[in-house]
Amino acid sequence: MPDAPVPLPPAIEVRDLHKHFGTAHVLRGVGVAAQDGDVVSLIGSSGSGKSTFLRCINMLEAPTSGQIHLGGEQLILKPGRDGLVARDRRQLEGFRARLGMVFQSFNLWQHMTVLQNVIEGPMQILGLGRAEAIARAEAHLARVGLWEKRDAYPAYLSGGQQQRVAIARALAMDPQVMLFDEPTSALDPELVGEVLKVIRELADEGRTMLLVTHEMRFARDVSSKVLYLHQGQIEEEGPPEQVFGAPLSDRCRAFVASVH
Amino acid sequence: MDSALDLLALRPPGWGGNLLMGLLRTIQIAAGAYALGLLIGLCGAMGKLHGGVVLRWGLEIYTTVIRAVPELVLILLLYYAGTDLLNVVREALGLERADISGLWAGIYVIGLVQGAYSTEVFRGAFQAVPPGQVEAARAMGLGPLKLLRRITLPIMLPYALPGLSNLWLITTKDTALLAVVGFGELALETKQAAGATREYFMFYMAAGALYLALTLVSSLGFGLLERRLRRGQPAQT
Repeated sequence: MPDAPVPLPPAIEVRDLHKHFGTAHVLRGVGVAAQDGDVVSLIGSSGSGKSTFLRCINMLEAPTSGQIHLGGEQLILKPGRDGLVARDRRQLEGFRARLGMVFQSFNLWQHMTVLQNVIEGPMQILGLGRAEAIARAEAHLARVGLWEKRDAYPAYLSGGQQQRVAIARALAMDPQVMLFDEPTSALDPELVGEVLKVIRELADEGRTMLLVTHEMRFARDVSSKVLYLHQGQIEEEGPPEQVFGAPLSDRCRAFVASVH
Repeated sequence: MDSALDLLALRPPGWGGNLLMGLLRTIQIAAGAYALGLLIGLCGAMGKLHGGVVLRWGLEIYTTVIRAVPELVLILLLYYAGTDLLNVVREALGLERADISGLWAGIYVIGLVQGAYSTEVFRGAFQAVPPGQVEAARAMGLGPLKLLRRITLPIMLPYALPGLSNLWLITTKDTALLAVVGFGELALETKQAAGATREYFMFYMAAGALYLALTLVSSLGFGLLERRLRRGQPAQT
């Protein structure tokens, strides 16, 4: 008898995540699942918990409870001082290596050149040889349009250029899922476009991404699914046409109307 | 002796050779003590920032006491009490009493003092590291040791360097305090040469010149080091 086809596990799945900061209950059971190639945007006013949620996925913040699965593998957690921590440091490091994170404030290593920033992870974490890491890094730098800046130090780049390097740095790890934490919020308005263009290309080529953003038009264009968070809960969830066009929740409608 | 300057000749009856030997021992002690101090300081700073309550309190007592007591007193205390203690321990273990070499005693004593100061220098420098850059490395899956070696230390060092170069200059001069326990470093050699020849002014001037030369060479080295460590940072205007 032939086996029934096994459904592919989601590229990433987070279940029932809670997070307390002291007495504040900032995440109240947030979950998300993304299949390969999905682009999931998280929107909501500041303080809604969307960045905290993203940072809990790679354990930069310790969730109070919840489950995190990557490609069907569950991250084993145990109670720690400020919440859950990984039971096995190596498993966590493996998870993190497969989750490419792009930060609001770029966070490039200032003591390394652009190229050194991009080869650091592949060489130190993936164990790539120098020549291969450089070849890979130069290809990623070329695609974000910064190949000619490879020997510059980050302090000499514009914000938009730094963020594109940060994206190349994340890509060089060949992550299964990319996490974008408000990638354009720290940029001058005229620099936002160049970064969004790169992210859009990544979406178009089928990268799995979770994106926390205030760029509503962009979220509407690139997302396969949009989550609207309000006070630590998912208030509205659906395809962008629904969330932006005909939201079921009044609060979501008011939020979308206020930022459009 | 025709002139006083002949007394500085490297071979007896000149005393120049003794002075240079003293300088060499001064540099040996200073380098050893500084290295020990840096090691204590690095561990101390990390202990203060990431350690448990007991460790943090222990380190707080260490840095407070060492920095509160004059170094001369500490040197006398640690040198005599330290060698006594060591011998008590050795006798308790059934070993013979040992003569502690002045070189190693000096390195331990001054290193312990330097460690307290460099703990504070490193602590401040660690806290100046932008947390986002550390977070970016953690988010990529870098393990704790590589994180320290590849990211935190190189970012921290430029913040620590001005304080560390100060501490080095202080260390070179602290070695002179070892003269009181009879260790033949530059200050003691100078005192003996001056006493034997009655040429106080010339020998102390010569010693001063040697200390100054050491400082100038050191400053040059630290300047180069700082330029190297600050690579990537636009010049402050």
